[in-house]
Amino acid sequence: MIQVLKCTVNGKPVELGIDPRESLADTLRERLGLTSVKKGCEVGECGACTVLVDGVAIDSCIYLSVWAQDKHILTVEGLQDENGELSPIQRTFVEEAAVQCGFCTPGIIMSAVEIVGSGRHYTRDELRRLISGHLCRCTGYQNILNAVERAVEEVHRTVGK
Amino acid sequence: MEVGKSVPRVDAFDKVTGRARYADDLCPRPVLEAKILHSTIANGWVKSMDISRAQALPGVVKVLTCFDVPAHQYPTPGHPWSVEEAHQDVSDRKLLNRRVRIYGDDIAAVVAQDALTAQRALELIQVEYETYPPLLTPEQAMADGVKPLHEEFPGNVLKRHVSEIPMPESDFKCAGDVLSFPGYHQFHGHYETQQVQHCHLENPVSWAYVEGGRITVVTSTQIPHIVRRVVGQALGIPWGSVRILKPYIGGGFGNKQEVLYEPLNAWLCTQVGGRTVRLDLSREETFQNTRSRHPISFDVRAAVDGDGFLMARECIAVSNQGGYASHGHAIVSNAVTGFRQTYLDQLAHRSEAWTVYTNIASPGAMRGYGIPQCNFACECMMDDIALQFGLDPYQFRYQNLMPPGYVDPLNGITCHSTGARECLEKGREFIDWDRLRREYQGQSGPVRRGVGMAVFSYKTGVWPISLETSSARVVLNQDGTVQLQLGATEIGQGGDTVFSQMAAQAIGIPTEDVHIVSTQDTDTAPFDTGAYASRQTYVTGHAIKKAGLLFREKVLAYARELLKRPGELDIRGREVVDAASGEGLLTLAELASEAFYSLDHCVHITAEATSQCKENTFSFGCCFAEIEVDIPVGKIKVLNIVNVHDSGRLINPKLAEAQVHGGMSMGLGYALSEEMKYDPKTGRLLNGNLLDYKLPTALDHPELHALFVETDDPSGPFGNKSLGEPPAIPVAAAVRNALLHATGVAVNTLPLSPQRLLEAFRKGGLL
Ligand code: FES
Ligand code: FES
Repeated sequence: MIQVLKCTVNGKPVELGIDPRESLADTLRERLGLTSVKKGCEVGECGACTVLVDGVAIDSCIYLSVWAQDKHILTVEGLQDENGELSPIQRTFVEEAAVQCGFCTPGIIMSAVEIVGSGRHYTRDELRRLISGHLCRCTGYQNILNAVERAVEEVHRTVGK
Repeated sequence: MEVGKSVPRVDAFDKVTGRARYADDLCPRPVLEAKILHSTIANGWVKSMDISRAQALPGVVKVLTCFDVPAHQYPTPGHPWSVEEAHQDVSDRKLLNRRVRIYGDDIAAVVAQDALTAQRALELIQVEYETYPPLLTPEQAMADGVKPLHEEFPGNVLKRHVSEIPMPESDFKCAGDVLSFPGYHQFHGHYETQQVQHCHLENPVSWAYVEGGRITVVTSTQIPHIVRRVVGQALGIPWGSVRILKPYIGGGFGNKQEVLYEPLNAWLCTQVGGRTVRLDLSREETFQNTRSRHPISFDVRAAVDGDGFLMARECIAVSNQGGYASHGHAIVSNAVTGFRQTYLDQLAHRSEAWTVYTNIASPGAMRGYGIPQCNFACECMMDDIALQFGLDPYQFRYQNLMPPGYVDPLNGITCHSTGARECLEKGREFIDWDRLRREYQGQSGPVRRGVGMAVFSYKTGVWPISLETSSARVVLNQDGTVQLQLGATEIGQGGDTVFSQMAAQAIGIPTEDVHIVSTQDTDTAPFDTGAYASRQTYVTGHAIKKAGLLFREKVLAYARELLKRPGELDIRGREVVDAASGEGLLTLAELASEAFYSLDHCVHITAEATSQCKENTFSFGCCFAEIEVDIPVGKIKVLNIVNVHDSGRLINPKLAEAQVHGGMSMGLGYALSEEMKYDPKTGRLLNGNLLDYKLPTALDHPELHALFVETDDPSGPFGNKSLGEPPAIPVAAAVRNALLHATGVAVNTLPLSPQRLLEAFRKGGLL
């Protein structure tokens, strides 16, 4: 059985046939070639598959594609601006050496986009809680927290101006 | 200087933009999917199998079982092959096995047009078993009358070895005499470590196809050249007809230093006419069917003289190997060796190591290769001795530490440089050791604090236990930049970045001008055995340096030919300069253009070198941890923690620090929460998923502090020594010793989970 999914992915309208049993992670990876969407468990435990749906971070492996009807989906592939500049959180991830194997990276970056975009300030402990749905085996989260903290601050500073 | 600079990772941009390609990202879609049928018993035989219904399911391409596979067995560990038969790895598995040795053993496989169909087909296969009781511990497996897991090993003991170091002239005849001498303090203890998993975020995945009569496997591995050999061995085909591609991988930590499912994937592909077949493991399969850290139990003894010097020690280690040999006896053997090395025994040392087959999921290599286990035993012992005989745990360690110039009496590994004492001093100062030891003395009440420490030494590569070799190739580009081609692998640790820095340093150009080829294709990548031990910066580093210097000589020779002028030349920045005056004479871009397109003398300047490394060296470090323990709930909170490392010269300090964070994090999970648990009745793994297996999250971490003492190791290519694995080693013991300080209760089994602590506190009279 094939169903038609209409939604926006990284700013572009898409319309494609999907299996109604299919997860959004599979639609994005297998059908649209958006391989930044990683899978580490496929049951909502690791956060590697996180994307934004209408601005909210979700585990796309346990999100049915049919639920994304008419919604806006954002993946890491959609973060660079039109000039190719990295978004603030991507930049701080590079600068703070928050990337190692890189497999958890796209997912955490998408959660961080939500965090940074909220316009709020957070304590270090609040940030720990906010990213605690993401598992990373390489970094001990130390530099990831540094990167998120800095991106939050920097965006605040520019928006504040 | 390119070496020693914190240049950003060469792969960071690709990784933050999602453009870095991992094995599955490269797989064409749609693709035939393979799924494996896992046994529902832990020990026994597959008597028969009925695949007719599975075979008949529409969309199923092929069903293959343990009755169909080639009859010969093959080895799986990521060791260099030994040309001496006696030293070759244990060959103890087939592609699919009739003899079931673990719960979930691989007994059949389905190839289908999609994953769901393959999964459904598995459910239609009927299996008849002959079942034996599961043997989950070495004691059970070595009991009289039990059935051997492998007929080659009738008592289920894969190997046992005993060694003693040569003794100086004295009245004592052997280690046992010293250990029981009444004139010395006598200590004995028992410590146990648990089975944990690597939990790299990317599960093992591969896909295979036949092209030009040869089989290609694209796979998430640390060891492409070894995978090539083992696929050849497993399928019984010439090694040259196998091609392995290794793109970026989502972590490995030793699990992917094993040839896991590449042989089965390759074989299934050949059984469906060479069409592309993908074999993508689930997280649950990764837990159950790939490797883990060995649970090892230690019985230790020590004799200490009145001045607090170690006279002799003994370490008896029994390692639970699970159903298959994997790295065989090598890991527990490394554990007892590591136990011996950190401190000096004045008179004697005895080791006894056992590797025993059981029915648990088979452990293999994991970051530290047996040393986190022996470090827990050794460092608990050091604190326990100090407490029992009224010694200061810091001073006791300090005065017994491996001296500079130490030569291991059994394997000859030499201490070429040591910053161990400086590491201790730095850690002591950072944590404010003296004050906290005093302040936290003799507390009462339900919430108490303590501070603990642990020290380690760690050899860098694997010489002389096995071969150490690496090759590197430097190739000139038309614009004067170079490509660096290696068989050594980037697995997340930052290898590609530091390799680029090393090449830049050797040639004399900026790191940006070194374009590293990250993907290894065994058809084109020079030979290197891959990412394991903490060998690549050391062993591959030598090869890069050699190839870089050779390349530099060739460039300068060509420059001399062009410039036809007297005087020494040098490469600085992007130019060939006069060595004496520094005057720029020719840019590398000009030189390259000439070399590629000259009508007189056209040459592609390249350099390739192999470095066989017949050397090894020790790195050192320590962890200091301050904790708070809530006694009634059995919960430890780490308040402050620092690792201090002597890894020789740091090639890239920022990446080195990040490596230490990751290792400390792994150490914290080992200390506090991680453990693979089995149902004793069935032998089934109970928590083989990321929900029930307690991997630490950001919330479970304190701030992680990493400090360094830089020494200049004469044996390292750039003064550097091991760094990748060491940070995971000392954390668990430091936390346990802080708990001992806080409560006076010695918990000798990992992890220090609430249940275990409550039990210990009850026994210790605190509850
Ligand atoms: S793959 Fe979706 S949460 Fe792990
Ligand atoms: S960088 Fe490897 S899992 Fe996070």
